Amino acid sequence: MAMTITEKILAAHVGAEQVCPGEFYFVPVDVAMANDVTAPIAIEQFERTGATEVFDPERVVLVPDHYVPNKDIKAAGQAKFMRDFAHKHNLPFYYEVGRSCVCHCLVPDEGHVVAGDVMVGADSHTCTHGAVGAFATGMGSTDVGVTFALGETWLRVPPSIKFIYSGKPASPWVGGKDYILATIGKVGVAGALYCAMEFTGEAIDALSMPGRFTMCNMAIEAGGKSGIIAHDDTTAAFLDGRGRRPSRVFASDPDAAYRAVHEIDVTDLVPQVACPHLPSNVRPASELGDVTIDQAFIGSCTNGRYEDLKLAADVIRGRQVHPHVRLIVIPASLETYRRCIAEGIDEIFVEAGGVFSTPTCGPCLGGYMGVLAAGETCISTSNRNFEGRMGHLESFVYLANPAITAASAVLGRIGSPDDL
Amino acid sequence: MSKAFKFGDDVNTDAIIPAPFLVTTDPAELGAHAMEGSDQPDFVAKVAEGDVVVAGDNFGCGSSREHAPIALVGAGVSCVIAKSFARIFFRNAINIGLPLLDCAEAADGISAGDEVQVDLATGTITDTTTGGAYHAQPMPDFMQGIFDAGGLVKFAKQRLSKK
Repeated sequence: MAMTITEKILAAHVGAEQVCPGEFYFVPVDVAMANDVTAPIAIEQFERTGATEVFDPERVVLVPDHYVPNKDIKAAGQAKFMRDFAHKHNLPFYYEVGRSCVCHCLVPDEGHVVAGDVMVGADSHTCTHGAVGAFATGMGSTDVGVTFALGETWLRVPPSIKFIYSGKPASPWVGGKDYILATIGKVGVAGALYCAMEFTGEAIDALSMPGRFTMCNMAIEAGGKSGIIAHDDTTAAFLDGRGRRPSRVFASDPDAAYRAVHEIDVTDLVPQVACPHLPSNVRPASELGDVTIDQAFIGSCTNGRYEDLKLAADVIRGRQVHPHVRLIVIPASLETYRRCIAEGIDEIFVEAGGVFSTPTCGPCLGGYMGVLAAGETCISTSNRNFEGRMGHLESFVYLANPAITAASAVLGRIGSPDDL
Repeated sequence: MSKAFKFGDDVNTDAIIPAPFLVTTDPAELGAHAMEGSDQPDFVAKVAEGDVVVAGDNFGCGSSREHAPIALVGAGVSCVIAKSFARIFFRNAINIGLPLLDCAEAADGISAGDEVQVDLATGTITDTTTGGAYHAQPMPDFMQGIFDAGGLVKFAKQRLSKK
């Protein structure tokens, strides 16, 4: 029987010849991850199961990223709770502040997830990791705490939805962020509820790994259980020298069954912006009219990788951030942070009048490092624009790609590099 | 008897428990801020132990924070009736023991402030204000097994002892 890539990965893990959407299984997990916000509950629940040690210390990854360096005393307590647990259990993959970064960059960068894996993470954007050809899904803390104990998790096999992207974008400012925003705008925030979103087609084949991570990252914003892109030469090049285990390469059968198939031609796609207060409220940037901004944020697990910051720096180089705008640039990965410093990209932002910080999730979820006041508007390369997501309930968040966000920081309003 | 509090579609976890409060795991502390990010920020002042949340599609979308169902339990909410639930919220609620009922008819039929009776065993929902009666889709057996064990932790404890 024909299967999708997602079904094949799950079948291989449970030792079944075939799995079908809707079936429940206990599935062995290759890597389980939690962060400073979600790990405390996960650890408490792990301890309540009666387990005395984690299922495999090599496969538990603990990443302080949301509120570190500690934003306040309570956050410090949570970070310490996770740190103490890691030390008590001699976990080799607890990443201390300064050696850590946003978990959805760290896990693939450090080779903890490879093609063919089943990964669970106590963070909704764990779907990011599907970009390496793995099944990866976000869960709550109890699920992940129990996975720490059992090494397996319960899963209902998701139906798959196939998205085929054809063409090559004519606009130099269009990338993975625009593909996924256009997709969420098309299907809605519950359009892929419970489903695996499989991204395919020539435009995906041509997409870099950062662009693929961006797309899979936002699968959850369409309600998806996972996003996945099959392993190819681009994936192999990324995993080469990183992967801690050999990849297992799966691909969907041509006659596999899908709940739906969507075809999206990116040739004429223009930069997309998700307007307040839903990621599905998507419009072409050029049609927004005069939207003045108070803050521009470039970073997050969605668009905080080297390619993103380099693109933003190329737009900003030699220009000044608008006098009424705060530009906040936060590399999401340690590799990006180091490379930006080595190549002087940090200086471009700083000389333009922006902020350049160490990796953290910080402002994306209104944590710190750029919380919005009532009435303020931010353009952000992140993933969510719910009411209050980045601060006050009466603030406004527009989601866009790094080029649009960088250009907007200079313009003082939402616009494109072509407007500079 | 439980009072119904009504919400719309796509109620997200930032609305259920805003991120600044994610610095504790205590149900009472989280419960004190339940729904503070929603269109009814005074929810906690009005809700009483055993009351019911009734919502539209995709309830609990957004982040994976388990603090969201814990905050609702902490605020005294006895169950959530919705047209559909976001998947991570759904798992979290099952795992921590907050009952969820999938029932579009009830979500449409029940008005804010109605008195509601819920029989979890049968999935029967009665609106005693209007006399409306509804039947929620039963939970799949697999999930019911986790719920019946007293939540995922107790379920895991049993599974671990058999290993």
